[in-house]
Amino acid sequence: MAKYGLRTIAVLYLFFLLVLPVGLIIWRTFGDGLGPFVEALTSASAVHAFQVTLTVALWAVAANTVFGVGTAVLLVRHRFPGKRLLNALIDLPMAVSPVVVGLALILVYGRFAPVGGLLESWGVQVIFSTPGMVLATVFVALPLVVRAVVPVLEELGDDQEQAAHTLGASRLQAFVRITLPGIRWALAYGVVLCLARSLGEYGAVAVVSGRLVDQTQTLTLFVEERFQNFDQPAAFAAATALALIAVITLLLTKLLRPKG
Amino acid sequence: MTTDVAVPPALPPGPPGGGARPRSRFSVPGGTALGVGSAVLYLSLIVLIPLAVVAWRSVDQGPGYFWRAVTTPDAWAALTLTVGASILVALINLVMGTIIAWVLVRDRFPGKAVVDTLIDLPFALPTIVAGLVLLSLYGPESPLGLNLAYSRAGVVLALLFVTLPFVVRTVQPVLLELDKEMEQAAASLGASPFQTFRRIILPNLVPAMLSGTALAFTRSIAEFGSTVLISGNLPFKTQVAAVNIFSQIEGDNTTGAAAISTVLLVVALVALVSLDLLQRWGSRRG
Amino acid sequence: MAIEVRDVNKSFGTTPVLRDVSIDVESGSLTALLGPSGGGKSTLLRVIAGLEQPDTGTVRISGVDATRLAPQRRNVGFVFQHYAAFKHLTVFRNVAFGLEIRKRPKDEIRKRVMELLELVHLEQMADRYPSQLSGGQRQRMALARALAVEPEVLLLDEPFGALDAQVRKELRTWLRRLHDEVHVTTVFVTHDQEEAIEVADTIVVLADGEVEQVGSPAEVYDNPANPFVMRFLGPVTEIGGSLVRPHDIEISTEPVEGGTAATVSRVVRLGFEVRVELQVEGRDAWVQVTRGFADQLALKSGDVVSVRPTPGARSLVLATV
Repeated sequence: MAKYGLRTIAVLYLFFLLVLPVGLIIWRTFGDGLGPFVEALTSASAVHAFQVTLTVALWAVAANTVFGVGTAVLLVRHRFPGKRLLNALIDLPMAVSPVVVGLALILVYGRFAPVGGLLESWGVQVIFSTPGMVLATVFVALPLVVRAVVPVLEELGDDQEQAAHTLGASRLQAFVRITLPGIRWALAYGVVLCLARSLGEYGAVAVVSGRLVDQTQTLTLFVEERFQNFDQPAAFAAATALALIAVITLLLTKLLRPKG
Repeated sequence: MTTDVAVPPALPPGPPGGGARPRSRFSVPGGTALGVGSAVLYLSLIVLIPLAVVAWRSVDQGPGYFWRAVTTPDAWAALTLTVGASILVALINLVMGTIIAWVLVRDRFPGKAVVDTLIDLPFALPTIVAGLVLLSLYGPESPLGLNLAYSRAGVVLALLFVTLPFVVRTVQPVLLELDKEMEQAAASLGASPFQTFRRIILPNLVPAMLSGTALAFTRSIAEFGSTVLISGNLPFKTQVAAVNIFSQIEGDNTTGAAAISTVLLVVALVALVSLDLLQRWGSRRG
Repeated sequence: MAIEVRDVNKSFGTTPVLRDVSIDVESGSLTALLGPSGGGKSTLLRVIAGLEQPDTGTVRISGVDATRLAPQRRNVGFVFQHYAAFKHLTVFRNVAFGLEIRKRPKDEIRKRVMELLELVHLEQMADRYPSQLSGGQRQRMALARALAVEPEVLLLDEPFGALDAQVRKELRTWLRRLHDEVHVTTVFVTHDQEEAIEVADTIVVLADGEVEQVGSPAEVYDNPANPFVMRFLGPVTEIGGSLVRPHDIEISTEPVEGGTAATVSRVVRLGFEVRVELQVEGRDAWVQVTRGFADQLALKSGDVVSVRPTPGARSLVLATV
């Protein structure tokens, strides 16, 4: 009896909070067939937003992957003073509101800030331009690769790397031939998470991009701007596209998630 | 785990986390130093220095200014709404998340695997999409006739959506690994199913439940994207702190924005530090 | 009878694990359920405890039909192989658990728990958590916890299975002594014949879900009901188509009446014992002799000897292949 009660509560909660809303928007998007969906997503603004999103996400993922793997190796395989602190700081971005991320970057890299002003005089505009959006995206997605790789690296142990060293492999060779294959699924998991977060970031990017239509507008910004301008079909179409990316991510992570 | 004190230990116990090669704490090899330097530089340029500047900006015109910025009526209303809604959301998550985790681990029904996968959807879905999705079901055009748009209930709903996975995903693995024999032992000692739940299962879940709840709370405190559309951003009514910061930035009042940001950062850090202490307290009993 | 199991059948899916099992356990006895893994002995124990339901058959505990009784109402103490320690409770509260459930007065609980902790030599550990105990200590705590509710029968599932050899041996002797003190009807599951012989006063041999033999350790060792029991309870070797214990074989350098000719292939000296490996009628066999006897015969590989079972030794004739 209690069993069915709990099951009913859980399923109803998930149904009304999760399934029905997401289902409804997909239904509304495709309610009039595939045509309007394709049309809305092939408008010049939508295509441009796609391009901006991809550019920002790819740069951010590349940066965080390099940083993530390097830091994970440092945290697991090396000893140095301040290791615990570094370990704790990695998670800091998780506790920071995306808007605060944006503000923080503006305060340092904005035109009227010392660093931003200096960069501006060299001809590099950070805020209201791609570099700022990449920085914001890097910030919010920073812990994902590290946290995906660290446990697997720990579990892997360094026996195999040491064995490789005794067989004459250099540090780099041991890393490329032994460590990297060992963590490849965890790394893929982290990269997928990082990519999804990067494609979907809204708040931090909204602050640092200046939300300039057809210039710094990403897909998530496009959704919001179209909705506020009463262009629901375009907003729903872009939202559905992002939701589909999310579902694909979900299935990929399900596949890649370290078992056990 | 299977060593016994009846056998005198042949070796003195090693340092915690034994097995690590003894190496002086401060002689760091060059390669490591370079790596640590790069990692710290990266983290500093992107995360640490900007956040420090936010904190500094919030107080560089004196504590009085900070206090006035935080207690302007709209900022104060936004902060109290944010904290209040986050507490409510955390509590609902505590209960619902535990129930969902329980059902996912202990119950069997067709479609369970799908439900299990769906739990992570709020993490994968961009927040602005989450807000739009909720607005289409619970907005002015709600097919259910339930309009929560521009209301505090709408804010809570959005926060519940984005924080759903936290408690479920922290409790679920603990429940999975919970030793079934503990429950059988309790039963054979005369405990009823309810007594077994209250005295054996629940105490073992509490650390995970609390840690999931704390994570949900910090996420709620910081949430922006999902509340933008459904809340309508009505100052004094539905405007959460993050949105208030956003509008202050738009109005070029970065000092005011920095003050509220600092409050949010401090609240989040307090929650996370308490969580850390809690986990240490939990692992003491391992 | 403390426990009467009658015609119990139990299958998991389509795999039968208990087939028409009937056993009686006498009050105050210490009984071992012995058999290879997968033989059904743990399942039988769990059926007695009520942790599994038999498909057919009955279980009576102290004369009462307990077949459909929930585990919490059977008044049995169950000790799990992996202790099933309540991780969030101290040693004291673990042992007190059953008494707290029964709402006994605080003073009584305190007194009884301390008595039991003394009995299992854990009185110093009362305030520790299970994670701070060694495996052997956890097992003793689990035992005290099961004894606290004064069960009518105490059931132990591979109680020493997770411990290392040294601790295992100590706990064995200790369990035997504890039983002599407490006299609670005890049934324990083991796959270790040495453990069963050393600790139990009755052994039930189970294999493939069926009872192969029931008897005292001496009976099952000396008069095994079939080749399986004989092989399972101790070393055997095959001579002249019969299964014999290697220490029940006479070896002589001269041909003897009823003897079989054999060639020594190797002599292994293992301290006091000497293991003589032979070729008998084209098959490998071995004989266990004392060092003095081996020295007396001056055996070496290649010697031709005569072997026969010691008069009066139990041997089983094997069906010809």
